[in-house]
Amino acid sequence: MLAAAGFHVPNLDYHALAPEIVVAATLAVVLVADLFLDDDNKWLLSNVSGWGLLVALFFTIELGARGHTASMVGGAYVVDDFALVLKGLFLVVGYIVLLMSANYVEEGDYYEGEFYFLILCSLLGMVVMSSARDLITIFVALETLSLPAYMLAGWRKRDLRSNEASLKYYLLGVLASAVMLYGMSLVFGFSGSTLLVDIGKATQGTITHAPLVTVGIFFIAVGFAFKVSAVPFHFWAPDTYEGAPTPVTAFLSVASKTGGFVALLQIIYIGFIGRSDVWGPMFWALAALTMTVGNLIALRQTNIVRLLAYSSIAQAGYILVPFAVAGSNTKSIHSAFTASVVYLLIYAAMNLGAFTVVIAVARKTRSGDIASFGGLYEYAPGLTVLMTVFLFSLAGIPPLAGAWAKIFVFRAVLDSGTSSAVALGIVAAVNAVIALFYYASVARVMWMSPVPDGDRTPIRIPATLQAALGLTVLVVVAIGIYPQLFAHLGDVASLVR
Amino acid sequence: MLGFPVLTALIVLPAIGAALVVAIPRTRPEIVKVVALAVSVAVLVLACYGLYEFATGTAGFQFVSRHVWIKQWGISWHLGIDGISLFLVVLTALLFPFALAGSDAHHDVKAYTAWMLVLEAGCLGVFLALDLFLFFVFWEIVLVPMYFLIGGWGYEGRVYAALKFFIYTMTGSALMLVGILALVFIHAGHTGHLTFDLQTLAREQSFSGSTARWLFAAFAVSFAIKVPIFPLHTWLPDAHTEAPTAGSVILAGVLLKLGTYGFLRFGLYLFPKVSHDLAPLLLTLGVVGIIYGAIVAAVQRDLKRLIAYSSVAHLGFIILGTFALTTQGVQGGIIQMVNHGLSTGALFLLVGMIYERRHTREIADLGGLQKVAPVFAGVFMLVMLSSVGLPGLNGFVGEFLVLIGTFISRRWWAVVAATGVILAAVYLLWAYQRVFHGVPEGENLKFPELRWREGAVLAPVLALIVFLGVYPKPVLDRMEPSVRTLVERVDRQAGTHQPSVAQGGHR
Repeated sequence: MLAAAGFHVPNLDYHALAPEIVVAATLAVVLVADLFLDDDNKWLLSNVSGWGLLVALFFTIELGARGHTASMVGGAYVVDDFALVLKGLFLVVGYIVLLMSANYVEEGDYYEGEFYFLILCSLLGMVVMSSARDLITIFVALETLSLPAYMLAGWRKRDLRSNEASLKYYLLGVLASAVMLYGMSLVFGFSGSTLLVDIGKATQGTITHAPLVTVGIFFIAVGFAFKVSAVPFHFWAPDTYEGAPTPVTAFLSVASKTGGFVALLQIIYIGFIGRSDVWGPMFWALAALTMTVGNLIALRQTNIVRLLAYSSIAQAGYILVPFAVAGSNTKSIHSAFTASVVYLLIYAAMNLGAFTVVIAVARKTRSGDIASFGGLYEYAPGLTVLMTVFLFSLAGIPPLAGAWAKIFVFRAVLDSGTSSAVALGIVAAVNAVIALFYYASVARVMWMSPVPDGDRTPIRIPATLQAALGLTVLVVVAIGIYPQLFAHLGDVASLVR
Repeated sequence: MLGFPVLTALIVLPAIGAALVVAIPRTRPEIVKVVALAVSVAVLVLACYGLYEFATGTAGFQFVSRHVWIKQWGISWHLGIDGISLFLVVLTALLFPFALAGSDAHHDVKAYTAWMLVLEAGCLGVFLALDLFLFFVFWEIVLVPMYFLIGGWGYEGRVYAALKFFIYTMTGSALMLVGILALVFIHAGHTGHLTFDLQTLAREQSFSGSTARWLFAAFAVSFAIKVPIFPLHTWLPDAHTEAPTAGSVILAGVLLKLGTYGFLRFGLYLFPKVSHDLAPLLLTLGVVGIIYGAIVAAVQRDLKRLIAYSSVAHLGFIILGTFALTTQGVQGGIIQMVNHGLSTGALFLLVGMIYERRHTREIADLGGLQKVAPVFAGVFMLVMLSSVGLPGLNGFVGEFLVLIGTFISRRWWAVVAATGVILAAVYLLWAYQRVFHGVPEGENLKFPELRWREGAVLAPVLALIVFLGVYPKPVLDRMEPSVRTLVERVDRQAGTHQPSVAQGGHR
């Protein structure tokens, strides 16, 4: 009957879809189990979610190890090395966020079951995004990852700030989606296809100079600029980050942002690769503004979460730099793509680590003021050292992972070699120094200021947080010392050859 | 013993020491100092072994140890030592036990000592690295412990001083990183293989004159901040004055040399032509530093600040010698690095002792100390005269060679710089007079004499000050071939020749 209606059941490769299927099954189990568990047993949900993600991760690694690739639904859904690396990243990030949230959610007055359900939903969207090579699939994935995130931001229901966070995020997010969708419709109108590959051919050929294509590309890029909180479309980010529960903030600033970048990478490097004349200057301006404004405002922050919020805006600027310089020659396309992917992978580890320390410290101080970190070294030397490592990695000091992220970006800039690229490289270098100033200030408070209230009782860190800290610091230090472990992933995960 | 990786051990040993110190429980602070001293003395022994085994008369790198680290990027763990770095390594290895034994942390000995040992590993790494990336890593590593040492254990204005130091140096580092990457990728673009190896990059130079100028500028600004060259020196008085005693000793004794060493190893070696072209600029800045540092030092009220400014003047001499681009000048510069490390390091230690005894560094509050503590005054006088450059002490050898070397190639700069020698005598002798002469009053009457332990710590440095002043030949012989090769390389690339006097001066 379906066939009679002109519908062909697509030929799906269920093996290649295993990670998605596992995540979907886990979230269904969590949702249903939540109904039947009494409050004392809700902790089971976090375990179920965690194991679900680990199984999905296992399948991702297995697919990668076998070199399994698949292209489904006429090329709209592709499982390749790029998709697998990013899926792996999302699943690991999701797992670390679960570790960070376990105690936080359990001890606060939160709705545990729904929390894990929504996190998993959002992750599913991200996992799908890694494989989406079609405008519609990308849009669906983007909404799947965004909608649960809007709700998560408002998780502290009785807190006005949290409500504000959620509402701002929602309104601006929806606006961005609308703008993007309009851009997509324009591009579809000219190219006649929603497949990125077809769009790529069309923008290099017949419709090269249609002005409306320019407008379409512009709108799509603006939509994503909202999602990755690039200046001047960043206004939602600091308020949302501050108001949301801290594990959710970590999730938004790492996973959700990476989701936006993944979509952008695919659209730009497959769909619009021929039109760097349009997006090159755009990304140049976005990157320069995002780095500079993010860093300058971060200088003045007194709240650690807001500081990390602005720092993550600035970091998004560094990730945008390769986009700005990609267009000049084939060599720079490749190194720019690699730079963005590598930066995303490293950024995830160091930023999650910093947020985990913030959560651990707030368990004792119940405050987000940077001043409350005063004298942390005296009663929590371990956390202080870890935080220092994460901050200096974010600042890009070798031999920590963050230095490599920056070096890959500079390589992309130098491979491009045009004078505008070099100018952007200088902007980035200057910004690295500005950023160091506030990262070092936090370190200074932790190491050198007195304890504000004289309370020197040690901080008890739950095992889950310890695990999250261990994982992130391991990645940051191991990559820093021996980047081969990892540079490999960046090279493999390339959509451009 | 030949296969033993001496240089790797020099870097790894303090790092292991730092880890050991961290592992000692907080309740046993007394073990910390023993471990730290044992480790730093072991490093010194190792460095002396290197000095002993060093083949005099060889220009190239010795004890080379090379292991591939990151293959795709052409980065390797490549260490080596030559006549230029040899004595800086020995100086570093000497000053760390000196600083550790000579002063105590007033709280949290464990963290303090651990940072000191990390700092030692970093400093030695900078002097030994022959791979640009490795060099950069160590260069950055040095910053972090110094930042925490100043900020955590310094005096009143420590936090401000620490941050100022950090930001200044990081600005330079960021530029240098861009410079290094640009150099490497431009090289890769021309030759097709990516490498960070210093010797390879120097051998296969492949950039145009204007590119080289930009690259040199990126390196030079970073080094100039570290040295510091006027007008980038303003971080120095704050950092030196606010740092804890051991921090000041290392800062003046070792860290400033990282900059001047950088000029020799990376500036002159990688960019000989540009170094030659820009020499007048750097010479002028060096001379300005000599005069300016001396004048500002003369008007200081704080004894420690006075010595800090005297560093600006002394480092001006080193820059002068380096960019004279003659064998004598460069040799004088290097030996002056060692001298300045010894004498200023010892001066900072002595000022630290004065502060511990009197809890003030104001020159006006002190006076007549010679009457109550003659031995202390004698030691201070000897070190101070070495800093002034009195013939027979080490400072003279360095300044004399620098001035001769400069006079041969750039006469007028040498003439102006020579007045700096007089000015140094003015401000140091005047300071000595105000602090030690006169009749002691009040608190100064109870000023304790030099203790045996303090004397024992200072003795080796005093001995070296005299030894180098009387018989510098062994040192000069070991550095001469490397320096000559470097200067000849610059001459060849710049198309000039050393004046015949310089050639004839040796052999």
